[in-house]
Amino acid sequence: MFQFIFRRLSLVIPTFIGITLLTFTLIRLIPGDPIEVMAGERGVSAERHAELSAQLGFDQPLYVQYFHYVTGVLQGDLGNSLITREPVMKEFLTLFPATIELAVCAAIFAILIGLPAGIFAAVKRGTVIDHSVMTFSLTGYSMPIFWWALLLMLVFSVNLGWTPVSGRIDVVYWIDDVTGFMLIDSLLSGEEGAFSSAVSHLILPSIVLGTIPMAVIARMTRSSMLEVLSEDYIRTARAKGIAPWRVIVIHALRNALIPVITVIGLQVGILLSGAILTETVFAWPGIGKWLIESIGRRDYPVVQGGILIVACIIIVVNLLVDITYGIVNPRIRHSR
Amino acid sequence: MTTSTKTSTTDAPLTAPVPMTPMQEFWHYFSSNKGAVAGLVVIAIICFMAVFANFVAPHSPSDQYRDALLLPPAWLEGGNWSFVLGTDDVGRDILSRLIYGSRLSIAVGIVAVTASLVMGILLGLIAGYFKGVIDTAIMRIVDIMLAMPSLLLAIAIVAILGPSIVNAALAISIVSLPHYVRLTRAATMAEMSRDYVTSSRVIGASPLRLMFICILPNCLAPLIVQATLGFSSAILDMAALGFLGLGAQPPTPEWGSMLADALQFVQRAWWVVTFPGLMILITVLAFNLMGDGLRDALDPKLKQ
Repeated sequence: MFQFIFRRLSLVIPTFIGITLLTFTLIRLIPGDPIEVMAGERGVSAERHAELSAQLGFDQPLYVQYFHYVTGVLQGDLGNSLITREPVMKEFLTLFPATIELAVCAAIFAILIGLPAGIFAAVKRGTVIDHSVMTFSLTGYSMPIFWWALLLMLVFSVNLGWTPVSGRIDVVYWIDDVTGFMLIDSLLSGEEGAFSSAVSHLILPSIVLGTIPMAVIARMTRSSMLEVLSEDYIRTARAKGIAPWRVIVIHALRNALIPVITVIGLQVGILLSGAILTETVFAWPGIGKWLIESIGRRDYPVVQGGILIVACIIIVVNLLVDITYGIVNPRIRHSR
Repeated sequence: MTTSTKTSTTDAPLTAPVPMTPMQEFWHYFSSNKGAVAGLVVIAIICFMAVFANFVAPHSPSDQYRDALLLPPAWLEGGNWSFVLGTDDVGRDILSRLIYGSRLSIAVGIVAVTASLVMGILLGLIAGYFKGVIDTAIMRIVDIMLAMPSLLLAIAIVAILGPSIVNAALAISIVSLPHYVRLTRAATMAEMSRDYVTSSRVIGASPLRLMFICILPNCLAPLIVQATLGFSSAILDMAALGFLGLGAQPPTPEWGSMLADALQFVQRAWWVVTFPGLMILITVLAFNLMGDGLRDALDPKLKQ
């Protein structure tokens, strides 16, 4: 087992080096001189240019610059934002809980709907239920989620007035930032109505962000269930006279879940990139909106740092999924 | 559709059914999937619209009718049949903009898919054929690219190169490259161990001939499926980039940026928001449906 984990870990290192190389090169690919680009339209004097260039290390050879960059990254130093002058890492950490909160709720929504829908479709194979589940999931899979967000907003916020249009909580509440998670903080604050306001702000964004993962999970669950249901041991279980629901839930689902767990793990990437679109539409103050705004403001250290962190999160999650998969499925662990 | 497996009548002598040509066989499996055929029809209509936009569209996409701002669709009160789907905030006909937008989406799809397909096939063939260090190097890079969500990588590329359609298309083709490389490499490796490749090599075929004439044609099936699905993600990513202001710049009629322009009118004019998104959804769905059908028809493992 340790050997398996070690092997997986050793594969992460070249990927990490590659990602840092990528983000390192990104900022140097900006057409023109980076310092002049950063200075913007005001321009910069020759002395200041030399000073900045020394400060940012642009006067050193590339491999030295890269070495400094990676040492900084490993110590959690991603440089400072050009606009707010705050460390990129600090800004990221303040905004990240909002994105996690949204992504977790979206994942819960996706699993709660997608998993039962997939099981149901597989059990009722070839019926109207199966066809409609598959049609819905393919539609969900093809959904431009930024439009889906607008559509839901149009119906539920504008026309019906059931949910708020944007933000994390009503402006009348002032919630102290304890954990950064609005659901927890609003409960801790003890203010009446704060929690329900936070929940109502979360509903639409979670549905929007969870739509594509839901479709993927439903499709994967269905095909995995179909495969397992045709196995001999299922027929044996049925022949023994075990209750049909028991065969499905206890015998089949357990084995069918193995590939589904992997797929759920792989949704983290989809959730994080989908968060960029969802947060933009719902004015959700998370890292997606932060990244897009930074691009608009040409705040390159933030763009560079943000992309690096998101990529690292995805690598780590994929690694965890891999290891979990190895624990759940011994065949993977022992194959080379 | 033609099936050559007719059952013989009693008075005729019993004959073996004529085997179907590969094309007939393909069509037999493909057409039995209703969704795939529906997808094909929709794609054909959209392509027709894209090619003949000048003739199909009732107005020019950039003409601003100042006396018809935010006009609702024709069937609603206050609608006007010369603007079937209504007009936007500066009085441009939405239907015409959608039709011209299909031109852009299809063009970007073709460019992005072709570029990544060609690059992906080259890299995949090289990796699968030569193996060893070259293979490891190429596959490491591919793994790194796969570690990034495609939209994020595309955003990063466009953020550096600057927002425009060309850069967006470039970003999308770079982003979808890894899938083609992986598929080609895997198929090449499988084909390399076949006898026909060994015999061509013994006859003295050059590596180039082996790669492109012998191996490549036999790897095409999964690539065709991936290319179809690649179309749908190219269109989706293009629209997302347009929506974020990183793709086509206004006043270009592009579906994603049309949505972004309409954001501020959500409360007043639902049609400005609804139709562009619907077009994206229908197009993407059609490509996905056709991709699924192609996969079923081309994958021998599923044919039983």
